[in-house]
Amino acid sequence: MHEWALAEAIISAVSQIAEREGLKEVREVGLRIGELQQVDREVLGFALSQLKSGKLSNAKFTMRTVRARFKCRVCGNKWLFREAKVSEDVKESIHFIPEVAHAYFRCPRCGSPDFDISSGRGVWISSVRGVK
Amino acid sequence: MLDPRLTIIGERLKSIGQIIVVSSGKGGVGKSLIASTLALILARKGFRVGLLDLDFTSPTTHVTLGVRGLQPSEDKGVVPPEVHGIKYMSLIFYLGDRTSPLRGPEISNAFIEMLAVTRWGSLDMLIIDMPPGIGDLMLDVLKYIRGARFLIITSPSRMAFETVRKLLTLLRDLGAEIIGVIENMKMEDSAHIRREVEALGERFLGEIHFDGRVENALGDVDALLKTDFAKEIEKILEENVMWR
Ligand SMILES: Nc1ncnc2c1ncn2[C@@H]1O[C@H](COP(=O)(O)OP(=O)(O)O)[C@@H](O)[C@H]1O
Ligand SMILES: [Mg+2]
Ligand SMILES: [Zn+2]
Repeated sequence: MHEWALAEAIISAVSQIAEREGLKEVREVGLRIGELQQVDREVLGFALSQLKSGKLSNAKFTMRTVRARFKCRVCGNKWLFREAKVSEDVKESIHFIPEVAHAYFRCPRCGSPDFDISSGRGVWISSVRGVK
Repeated sequence: MLDPRLTIIGERLKSIGQIIVVSSGKGGVGKSLIASTLALILARKGFRVGLLDLDFTSPTTHVTLGVRGLQPSEDKGVVPPEVHGIKYMSLIFYLGDRTSPLRGPEISNAFIEMLAVTRWGSLDMLIIDMPPGIGDLMLDVLKYIRGARFLIITSPSRMAFETVRKLLTLLRDLGAEIIGVIENMKMEDSAHIRREVEALGERFLGEIHFDGRVENALGDVDALLKTDFAKEIEKILEENVMWR
């Protein structure tokens, strides 16, 4: 699963942060999960619980979903990913490489493929808390 | 806010012996054809080879290799399918025959995503086919792929070399490792490019002639490997002992 690749990346990034900040133990990690990639939060949570070790053994991961928003660069129209009708196949492609949205979506107002993914694209680490 | 993908890229590439970036700056000089044929030849020689098509808006290596009906599998990431003994990755798997018009930052994002999720496993070499241009993607490759080595393709045209010279200068300024320059689509005898390359202090690896039989061999790898085009690539490989 792609979620496992993301979990691996998150664990390795948090470990690096803990090292840099001189944390003895990581207690809480805040994650922002962009809606566009349709990350399965349950699978991601499970992968994180399986992969965490060492300083991260007791870390709690909290996830917040961020709505995927688009903004047309031609006409300025704004719309939401959840408003778009998307087939399973397309969802699957966007899951792996969100940028391919530009091949499948068009601005609902003017038809342009030239739009910004203004939020909710990927996965971000918003906070890392722990004890020194 | 931290992007977790950036820390995993090194991990994903760590079991790859060498990464060869086939680039030019110029389009239409044969980068994609050479990258795919090179990967095929190396795979036939028994090397564990990967091929990554980074031309997101106009990928073509799947045409040369005749890739049809394949899809990466999922196992804690994305595992590239094997095509004629090559582990192959391209945006084509997610695009089909659609176009994905992308701006600079989106190209970077797609590039980082691909590197972060693709599990190549152990490879002797990964060949990367670059799009034309000396822009976002070239800078990203330099930034994120440590130890990348650049194989530069030019045509005999002074117009092509004008751009190639700029790329060579940039790569040198940035301390990148340049394997050397191949002159492709040669039609007449001339040592012009060789002299230009050597005057810059770079290695001229050899020349490949224009071969009218290539077009019909696209998609049929056995036929492709029998062309003079492929033979000349093989000769360059032998003369330069894999460049290492
Ligand atoms: N030595 C050659 N002989 C004949 N055709 C060639 C040769 N090198 C490249 N080509 C053809 O020229 C065209 C451009 O090559 P391509 O690999 O797509 O260039 P690039 O990737 O640099 O844009 C393709 O149709 C390719 O098959
Ligand atoms: Mg090309
Ligand atoms: Zn619009």
